[in-house]
Amino acid sequence: MNCDEVRTLIDAYADNELDLMTSLAIERHLQTCPDCPTIYQNRLTLRSALNMDALYFRPSSVVRGRLMQAVHHADRERFNRIAGFRPQMRWIGAIGLVAVVLLVAGLIVVRNATLAPASDPLVADVLASHVRSLLVDHLTDVLSTDQHTVKPWFDGKLPYAPTVVDLAAEGFPLEGGRLDYVENHAVAALVYRSDKHPINLFIWPTADLPDSAQSAITLQGYHMLHWTAGSMTYWAVSDVEIDKLSAFADFLKRQ
Amino acid sequence: MPNKRSQFESAVTPYLDAAYNLARWLTGHDEDAEDVVQEALLRAFKFFDGFRGGDSRAWLLTIVRHTAYTWLRQNRAALILSLDEELRADPLIDDAEDRLMASLDQQALHQAIAALPIAFREVIILHDLEGLAYKEIATIANIPIGTVMSRLARARKHLYHALAQTQSIDRPRREQSEKTS
Repeated sequence: MNCDEVRTLIDAYADNELDLMTSLAIERHLQTCPDCPTIYQNRLTLRSALNMDALYFRPSSVVRGRLMQAVHHADRERFNRIAGFRPQMRWIGAIGLVAVVLLVAGLIVVRNATLAPASDPLVADVLASHVRSLLVDHLTDVLSTDQHTVKPWFDGKLPYAPTVVDLAAEGFPLEGGRLDYVENHAVAALVYRSDKHPINLFIWPTADLPDSAQSAITLQGYHMLHWTAGSMTYWAVSDVEIDKLSAFADFLKRQ
Repeated sequence: MPNKRSQFESAVTPYLDAAYNLARWLTGHDEDAEDVVQEALLRAFKFFDGFRGGDSRAWLLTIVRHTAYTWLRQNRAALILSLDEELRADPLIDDAEDRLMASLDQQALHQAIAALPIAFREVIILHDLEGLAYKEIATIANIPIGTVMSRLARARKHLYHALAQTQSIDRPRREQSEKTS
C-alpha cells in the first residue's frame, strides 16, 4: 500500500471499521512510513478529544419534562379522538344513541302489533335513512327548488330517472334531492317541506311489482306512506300529521 | 391507549439525550433543538405502530435527522447549502500533517465542529460523539457505508486544519519568547 491508499483509509483504520487483511496492510505501512503515523496519531488525538462530555449537549430536566409532556398531550388527544369524546361529537353521539333506542323500541312495538309491512326490515331501513338525514344535517346533496335542476342531477348517479315534481303550489315546496342507501342500493331521495317539517320521498324501481294501494305505518312519531306506481316504489316519510302526508301523497300520484 | 405511550416512552427515553444532542448540533441553538426534538417525538409517536422493535436509537435518530433537515430548510434556508455545493467547495486534501498537541482547546474544537458543512458535521456527531458504527450511520443518514467513511475522513481533515491553525498561532510566539530569553 502506498501513502495515498493508506490516507484514504486511515480514519476507518482508526475507527476499527476495516477488515483484518486491510488493517494488517496499513499496520505494516505505518511501521515504515515517515509521514503517515503522524496522521494516525492526530486521528487518535482528535477522537479522544471529541469523546469528551463537554461537547455533548444534554437537555435540561425542564426541557426533558416539556418534551415528554408533549408526547403525553398527543397521546391524550389521540385517545379522545378514538373514543369519540371530542366535545362537538358528544351531542351527535347522544342523539344517535337516542335515535337507535327509539328505533329498536319502535320495531319491537310494531312487531308485537303484528303489522305485516312493519316487520319488513325495509321499513326500518327507510325510517333509518330518514332519521339519519335529519341527524347529520345532510338533507340535500343538490339544493334547489327547481324540479328541472333536481331531476338531471340524478343522471349518471342512478340507473333510473326518478320523477321530480314541485308541489309548492299545493303547500309542499321542493327543497332538493340527495342520494341515499336503502337495502344496500343507491336510491333517490327527494326532500320536500310542509311548514317546518321535512318530508323525505324515497324512490326506486321495482319492475317485478304491480301497482299497489297505499299503506301507512307509524313508527314513534314518524309517519310512513308506501305505494307502488308505474314500476316505481315510493316511500314518503315525515313527522308531519298523517293527514298532510296523505294529501302530499295524493298530489304526487295525481301528477 | 395509554399502553402505547408507556411502550413508546420506554423505547425512546433512553435516547432522548442522543436525539437532543443531534438536533442541537444540526440547528446550532437550544430552542431550535427543542422544537425539532418535540416535532420528531410527535412524529415518532404517531408512527410508533409501524416500528417493529429492533434498534430504537437508530430509528429515533433517523426521524430526528429528517425533522431537523426539514426544519432547517423551512426556517434557516440560508444556513443549509445544497450538498453538491458543499462538496464542490471542499477540495480533496490528502497532504501530510503536523503532529497535533494532545491537549486540544475545547473551545476551538467546538467552533471547528460547528463550522463544518452539515453533511460532515452530522457524521462527526453520530460517530465520534454518539459512538455509532459506520453501518448504523449509513442507515440513519441513508447513504452508502463508503460515503460515511469518506465524509468522516474529510470531516476530520477539516477539524485537523482548524485546530492546527489555532496551535500554530501559539507556536511562533513561544519560539519568539525562547529566542528572547
